[in-house]
Amino acid sequence: MRVVVCVKQVPDTTNVRINPKTNTLMREGVESIVNPFDEYALEEALRLKDRAGAHVTVISMGPPQATAVLREALARGADDAFLVSSRAFGGADTLATSYTLAMAIKKACGGKTPDLVLFGKQAIDGDTAQVGPGVSEFLGVPLVTYVKEITMGGGAGTPAHLSFAVTTVMDDGEHVIEGRLPAVMTVLKEAATPRFAPLAGAMRAAKTEITILDEKAIGADPIRIGLKGSPTKVVTIFPPPVKGGGEKVDARGDAAAGAKAIADFLAKKGLVK
Amino acid sequence: MADAPIFIDPAKCKGCTKCVKGCGFGALKMIDAPGANKAGKLAEVDPAACKACFACVPACPFKAISEVRQEIYGTANIEKYKNIWVFAEQTSGVIAEVAFELLAKALELKAQRGDGAQVAAILIGHNLSPELEKSLVAAGADIVYKVDDPALADYEANVYVDAVSQLIEKHKPEVILAGATAVGRAFFARVAVKVRTGLTADCTMLKVEETKNKDTGALQMLLHQTRPAFGGNIMATIMTPNHRPQMATVRPKVFKKAPPDPARKGKVLLEALKLIAPQTKLVKTVRDPDAIDIAAHDILVSGGRGLKSAENFKLLFRLAELLGGEVSCSRACVDAGWAPVARQVGQTGKTVAPKLYLCFGISGAIQHLEGIRGADVIIAVNSDPNAPIFGVADLGIVGDLFEILPALVKELEHGGRGG
Repeated sequence: MRVVVCVKQVPDTTNVRINPKTNTLMREGVESIVNPFDEYALEEALRLKDRAGAHVTVISMGPPQATAVLREALARGADDAFLVSSRAFGGADTLATSYTLAMAIKKACGGKTPDLVLFGKQAIDGDTAQVGPGVSEFLGVPLVTYVKEITMGGGAGTPAHLSFAVTTVMDDGEHVIEGRLPAVMTVLKEAATPRFAPLAGAMRAAKTEITILDEKAIGADPIRIGLKGSPTKVVTIFPPPVKGGGEKVDARGDAAAGAKAIADFLAKKGLVK
Repeated sequence: MADAPIFIDPAKCKGCTKCVKGCGFGALKMIDAPGANKAGKLAEVDPAACKACFACVPACPFKAISEVRQEIYGTANIEKYKNIWVFAEQTSGVIAEVAFELLAKALELKAQRGDGAQVAAILIGHNLSPELEKSLVAAGADIVYKVDDPALADYEANVYVDAVSQLIEKHKPEVILAGATAVGRAFFARVAVKVRTGLTADCTMLKVEETKNKDTGALQMLLHQTRPAFGGNIMATIMTPNHRPQMATVRPKVFKKAPPDPARKGKVLLEALKLIAPQTKLVKTVRDPDAIDIAAHDILVSGGRGLKSAENFKLLFRLAELLGGEVSCSRACVDAGWAPVARQVGQTGKTVAPKLYLCFGISGAIQHLEGIRGADVIIAVNSDPNAPIFGVADLGIVGDLFEILPALVKELEHGGRGG
């Protein structure tokens, strides 16, 4: 079974701010991390490999520094890694990114559609949750989102290695869903606790070559990538509006006064019985 | 020649004249080009006469002619896209509240446009009661496009994608809004890709305004879609100038629904579509009777990073009990493993609109603040006098939550105010 996991390097979003003078992002000194949700997707793929054997490919789209997240994935047990990187991909929105990744996935799998493509449920920088579903459309394979648990086999009338049963978390409860591969799935935090890379893995990862794929390598249509291939345009960015707060009580050193202020306020608003 | 819809590669053209014969508009002719090829002739296109039918492309046996794409990547015949649609998500015959909130917003957008655009609701499922469409009309839908098909009996992402994209191709809406629910977020993203347009997730502000298209210079009525990004530290306004429809998702409780008007008139159009078979099978739905729905509570006692431990987080429950509310939290508590994601308020958790939001140790990243915008009363306790949460709190208490929280519990237990 061929499993592809898409991972993204993201800024640690708790530290991103806007420069109030220039209205641009201040990303200097902001640490880059692996998108946390993608770690669960990778772990799911590695568990499938542990249980039934699978070739796990990791793909990341981003600047050259993003090889760091691929090395980490290799160290944990992924078999090969591809970095989708070129200036021409810059400024891509979710449509252009979905197209680019789908082309890269096919390229990485020798022109074929892999059996399973896994994504984290969303990336913490954009928080859109749109690229996994977008890639499923470009690959033309079924989509299953918010997956908490994957089991292979189980589907009636389908060979065990091609059928799956998954549990997804929806607003009305958990859904148990059966289907057959190929499929694209987005994975939740509940799926699996990510493993640590064994020391031998880190050594192997250091020796594994990471293939760089640019727009020519994946055969992309130049008009469908990067900023040009992106229907959505960011017109302005601005710091979040600051509202004037209400009444403020300084209760440092006098907790009882703070508690009383809250209790009185609640009573005044009729919020206590 | 820059404006010609086709490009003729002089290195490949053999001067055979097949394209000239293949052109129905007399737009191609041969010019003398000694030495270019054996015939000493090259095809040339008259840009004014070319109708971009591209009949010449397959007519050339040497693949010398190719289509020249327009510089601006976009939807063809953009002016044919009209009306504002709302996806009326229903589960087991109950329409999600967010659909009514979006219909109220769609009515505002319709008024902002003021050009006769209509509001339409998309209702898909199986054995749908007529009561559903009536409620959509009462909430503002001028048209209800209804698809009733056994393949849509349960939510299945792939059939949902098929149904909605077929409706889009057929009726060409200018704007589509959907709730950013588990269902809406997932399948809508694929619909947007299928119809090759942009989608802005989790918008917190939407308006229609006449705007200059930076690519074409034309004045257009564009949807201004504003959302938080980078964990809510930044707000971004996004537009989809050259593609249609302009698509956006909005989280539940971000907009307020309007009271229904039963006198409102609208038409219901039953759409018979030829749908694909469901690609996956829903075997069962497991509903947890103890599931926590923080959005359903009028009073929320919420905790954040400032609580410092799972043990301390438990302190909130006694207070919630006294106030008759539920316990919620910020993302930090979920990431730290102190609370399940079901209790999380904010951009990646739930958006809530309680009567009272009483929070301890939450600094108030915008991502969190977006999640509590709809709260009637916000009371915040935090040790940092400059915490952004104080900017939105009706009552802010600067102090040590570990002293104030027990003192408040005591205060409410005594003095006849406790439950």
